[in-house]
Amino acid sequence: MESKEIILRTVTKLAIFIILAFAVFLFLAGHHNPGGGFIGGLTVASAIILLLLAFDIKAVKTGLPIDFKVLAFVGVLIAVTTGMGAMVFGASFLTQTFGHVHLPLFGETEFATAVLFDVGVAFAVLGTALSIIFTISGDIQRWKR
Amino acid sequence: MSCGVPMMNNLVILPLLIPLVTGILMGIYKNNLPLQRRVSLFSLAVNFGVSLYLVQWVAGSGIRILELGGWPAPFGIVLVLDLLAALLLTATALVGFACLLYAVHSIGEDKERHYFYPLFHFLLVGVNGSFLTGDLFNLFVFFEVMLFASYVLLSLGGTKIQLQETVKYAVINTLSSTLFVVGIAYLYSVTGTLNMAHLSVRIAEVGQAGFLTVVAVVFLIVFSLKAGLLLYFWLPGSYMAPPGAVGAIFAALLTKVGIYVIFRMYTLLFYHQPEITHWLMAVMAGLTMLLGGIGAIAQWDIRGILVYNVVISVGFIISGLVFATSDALVGAVYYTMHDIVLKALLFLLGGTVIAIAGTGKIKEMSGLIRSHPLLGWMFFLTLLALSGVPPLSGFVGKVLIIKEGLSLGSGHRGFYLLAGIGLVSSLMVLYSLLKVFINGFWGETVLSTEMEKGTERGLVFPCLLLTAVSLFLGLGAELLYPYVDQAIITMLNPGLYIEAVLGEVF
Amino acid sequence: MSVVIGLLFTIGVYLVLSKNLLRIILGTSIISHGANLLIITMGGLKNGGPALLGEGAGSFMDPLPQALILTAIVINFAMTAFLMVLAYRSYTDLGTDQIHELRGAHDE
Repeated sequence: MESKEIILRTVTKLAIFIILAFAVFLFLAGHHNPGGGFIGGLTVASAIILLLLAFDIKAVKTGLPIDFKVLAFVGVLIAVTTGMGAMVFGASFLTQTFGHVHLPLFGETEFATAVLFDVGVAFAVLGTALSIIFTISGDIQRWKR
Repeated sequence: MSCGVPMMNNLVILPLLIPLVTGILMGIYKNNLPLQRRVSLFSLAVNFGVSLYLVQWVAGSGIRILELGGWPAPFGIVLVLDLLAALLLTATALVGFACLLYAVHSIGEDKERHYFYPLFHFLLVGVNGSFLTGDLFNLFVFFEVMLFASYVLLSLGGTKIQLQETVKYAVINTLSSTLFVVGIAYLYSVTGTLNMAHLSVRIAEVGQAGFLTVVAVVFLIVFSLKAGLLLYFWLPGSYMAPPGAVGAIFAALLTKVGIYVIFRMYTLLFYHQPEITHWLMAVMAGLTMLLGGIGAIAQWDIRGILVYNVVISVGFIISGLVFATSDALVGAVYYTMHDIVLKALLFLLGGTVIAIAGTGKIKEMSGLIRSHPLLGWMFFLTLLALSGVPPLSGFVGKVLIIKEGLSLGSGHRGFYLLAGIGLVSSLMVLYSLLKVFINGFWGETVLSTEMEKGTERGLVFPCLLLTAVSLFLGLGAELLYPYVDQAIITMLNPGLYIEAVLGEVF
Repeated sequence: MSVVIGLLFTIGVYLVLSKNLLRIILGTSIISHGANLLIITMGGLKNGGPALLGEGAGSFMDPLPQALILTAIVINFAMTAFLMVLAYRSYTDLGTDQIHELRGAHDE
């Protein structure tokens, strides 16, 4: 299935990086401003859906050989584990903490355990959204035949 | 704040975390079936142990709460563990274990590969979460978790009848969930809080005026849709469709969660105008029992009969709540636990019979007791227990509820009627199940061992386990009674619940 | 606002009562949007201040209804996706998308 949409493909190749960068920005903004794991994950998902539109499903699957269902489960696992981490230290479930770390490039950086939770959320959202899309689109291809 | 030691309070969340983590792991290792089976069973066994410990703990030291993330109660999310929740958690873990054991032997590899175990555990997450949660919105979230798992479990396998029933079931439940959100919105606008203890305080402050009673009725509609109280029209079709083990866990748990929430809401929040809400519940309970009974008698399919029996018991439990004396509530809680175990057992037995005979129509089978005596006698015991014959487990609940109904009858004629319907419904249960027993187990043995469509190997053990539990519930009633009695004290005194959650501030 | 909510519920109920499965699903979705709007209205959309505060912000509004709606929207999204797949499956397997034909037991 060769796509004829030359404009779409060219724009996609450029836009994908902008979208992904924006996703990272949204993800990191989440601690004090609107944004976070959920939105970040959805933005990455939308980038990949754009790829799906511009190219076909096989190309995307060979380019991204990840089982998105497993990714979703891993995401939830990460989120739950960060919650349980608090239990190990004797605090209530899901208690978060933060500290300031001095990173070489960024200077004084705030680092919170909530970010770990957000990583989990982002993975879960990304995995779920994409496995829905892949399942439906895969089914339609079978239907066409 | 009655925080105590947070380390200990974290135990409260274990019944939630164990199935959640297990479910996730099962999802990641989805192709390793032997591992999945073992770990699933192990996790449920652990869960059962934890629940038993929690019962002991709460009975010893009162209601326990866990403030998630350390945010204090009316603002953060709380999990509240009182004795009622702990008892139901224990029953849930036990029934889950039995159903899973049954499923391992009966569900088939194809379904096992398609996320049967993760879904099963997520269903338990939803159920346990609904028992534990201390605020209304999380109740909605856990309900959705439970319902989602149940939609997929229902459609798993994708036979035509399953698909068609899942469509109806899912649409009905989406609508009732939306109504739930609407109710939450109204309640929030009036009280400005969603924490159940805080709500109880606020409602008591403003008095349950007309508008709040309307909200109470909206919630009654929502939960009676979920519990199958009068609004049970979706229930028979969708519970008949899935395979035996799934049907058993649905029948045992899903309606009971609805019942539990009705218990909570109408003893903790909306207890100020019983002449409206409880009267409405009384009418609904009576009609549910009657219509369920008629439905059960009219059916000639094992699954149909069993499903309508679920409906009858919902009506019966709610009538215990309507009487609302301490003895009647003890009866209702006791009967709920009994019903969780027995409905699972009944559906597992029914599933086994269908597996053996290859059909659900009771006119086409007979004489099974000769080739399967154990199965037959277990079915007979279940039947007696469900209709409330004395030494067995149904008796305690029934006698308490009906006795209270009769003694209240002198105050209001309607209570006589409700108690009477309760008695008649027991007869209907007895008749409908005896019909299965007589047709299915007595008579000429038409099926020789070679002609049977399936075996009972591996299926009998979970049934035996549940039968033993049922016998324990009946014969060991004296042992259990203090716990149930203590669980009731919280239901009758909302102040205890409020004090445990909000502390002395309010 | 309340008129919009009423309209959404009316349209939703009308769609749910129709016979086409797709319309029913759209109807449930629209009704849940109505319910979400109801939460916002009921939760007091009063001063239009932001829910998330920076330091030294003056007016603010109650963040709870927004949190509730976010959750409800996610659940609704997942629900609609699931129902769509289900409708698609039942269309391919049962050969119909008319709800009144999904009745009675199929002999398999």
